[in-house]
Amino acid sequence: MRPVPPPCDDDMAMTDRQTSRGPAAADTTPHDAAPAAVGEAGFPRLLRLVEGRLVAGVAQGVAAQLRLDPVVLRLAFVLLTVLDGIGAVVYAALWMFTPRAPYEGRDPGRDWSQVAAYGAIGLALLALRWLTGASTGGIGAWPIAIGGIGSLILWQQADPDRRQRWMDSTVGQARKSRVRTFAGLVLVVVGAIGFLAANDELDQARPGIVFTLVVVGGVALIAAPWLAGLWKELQRERRERIRQEERAEFAAHVHDSVLHTLTLIQRNAHDSREVMRLARSQERELRNWLYQPKQDADASVAAAVRRAAAEEEDAHGVPIEVVCVGDCPLTPELSAMMQAARQAMVNAAKYSESPVVSVYAEVEPGEVTVFVRDRGVGFDMSEVPEDRMGIRQSIIGRMERNGGSARVRTELGEGTEVMLTMKLESS
Amino acid sequence: MGNIRVLIVDDHRLFRSGVRAELGDSIEVIGEAEDVESAVRTIAELQPDVVLLDVHMPGGGGQEVLRRVLGAGSQVRFLALSVSDAAEDVIGVIRGGARGYVTKTISGRELTDAIRRVAEGDAVFSPRLAGFVLDAFASTEAPPIDPELDSLTQREREVLRLIARGYAYKEIAKELFISVKTVETHVSSVLRKLQLSNRHELSRWATARRLV
Repeated sequence: MRPVPPPCDDDMAMTDRQTSRGPAAADTTPHDAAPAAVGEAGFPRLLRLVEGRLVAGVAQGVAAQLRLDPVVLRLAFVLLTVLDGIGAVVYAALWMFTPRAPYEGRDPGRDWSQVAAYGAIGLALLALRWLTGASTGGIGAWPIAIGGIGSLILWQQADPDRRQRWMDSTVGQARKSRVRTFAGLVLVVVGAIGFLAANDELDQARPGIVFTLVVVGGVALIAAPWLAGLWKELQRERRERIRQEERAEFAAHVHDSVLHTLTLIQRNAHDSREVMRLARSQERELRNWLYQPKQDADASVAAAVRRAAAEEEDAHGVPIEVVCVGDCPLTPELSAMMQAARQAMVNAAKYSESPVVSVYAEVEPGEVTVFVRDRGVGFDMSEVPEDRMGIRQSIIGRMERNGGSARVRTELGEGTEVMLTMKLESS
Repeated sequence: MGNIRVLIVDDHRLFRSGVRAELGDSIEVIGEAEDVESAVRTIAELQPDVVLLDVHMPGGGGQEVLRRVLGAGSQVRFLALSVSDAAEDVIGVIRGGARGYVTKTISGRELTDAIRRVAEGDAVFSPRLAGFVLDAFASTEAPPIDPELDSLTQREREVLRLIARGYAYKEIAKELFISVKTVETHVSSVLRKLQLSNRHELSRWATARRLV
């Protein structure tokens, strides 16, 4: 569980005692939380409750402390804010100095309809004041401004778990939120100026605005180094975390694949062919992981050729060396070509007795060519029985049905080379 | 021609002794080095005919050795030998001045052949290196700055394609009705282009390929 932060040095009362409370207290509803807390510690500490909060849980916490209904507190805050802004300042101060009640699991969502209701009440009161001419003008507005700035900065400071959440967000999100913040600021400023101008109060408000700007500038000056430090620390922690994750992923991969294969090799040490197959397969896998971009074997010619070769190499225990030049997306015709190429690899691996099979695939602007070559025993084309499906049907027939061509070059003792060609439709 | 004097530079002792055992009688291993510093020192001392150079080593790797030895004006010939298939490594070490690149899975007989070829001043291209070169020179969109260096001739393309298909030099010669010597000339010419071409795309291509 997260340790409760040390109480801040303050005169706000009620934070002088530090009692660590279990999640059980946080799980209780605000109404019965107070008696339970009193029973537990005699003089309970003010905590912001997470469950059922509307903004930050301050009203709820205070209500629990004073054994009142939170609605009363919320209305009081709204009223005080509308009157002269003191409500917002008090709320912000309490937000800052009150630790959050421990809460396990994801933060529950807020009841936005209630938030909207309190907001509406506040607005209605404001409108009433304005209509009745009770507005005190600029002097009444500045506490609200200060309160607003205060809560913004306080919100930034917030609690450690919020910092944690920042670190969890990715860079992209951080950038997005920065853009959002900027857009929000612009909107607020434009809206405020527009409002004042529309009410012909821009001139009157100018001293207030200047004052606000001075205050904002001062606060920014004070808070900037601290915020920058915090930001730097966050960046550093995030980098460290990414590095650790990479290391963990690497370790997991090495463990799952390489160590596993090494164990298998030790157990199959008597079977040199199997050892060879295991080593090749592991080498290929590790190489792909290290050097090859992640490719979808159903999407491109090069990836499909590599996959076919890898699978046949595993199945037949003969190394198949693949070289690819260029690449293009797979079409139905090219998929058929890949099947023909696979059949050629199977033939070479199974029957040629060649120690190694070479596959070369080249994608040119108008044409895809695949060569499958072995240096094995070769055969006499004219003596291949008519009913042998492998070459005639699976390779030559398939290529021709799909608009391509296949040529087989072989000679007894000279090995075999199958050349597959498929024209690409110019787009 | 007498025995070819070879120096093995690799940071894996097991691998060095493995290569030593595999090489044929016509190759004489005159020394070993295990990092950049000792490699540079030993090459200067022993002046071998061919240096078998590992690409990945502590202290800057094979490219650092090439830079320091060739930069000092030495005429020693290098054959790069690596487990890496990354285009960045392959193209990088060739552009650094190695006369060939083979992977460590190569058989002892083939390695002996490759060393002999490099010792005679020819180039050694593995199928994969040939594929990389074809790919790099094909991916040109901008017009070449220097047509002589920045593009391959039709014949060179044919030779590279056959290497990529797994043909030995002798088989290529037979296939194209030319002599083995002519095949070697074509490959050396491609090597020269690969090393001298200023096409910045070449290096960028190799890096980009890694990062896709």
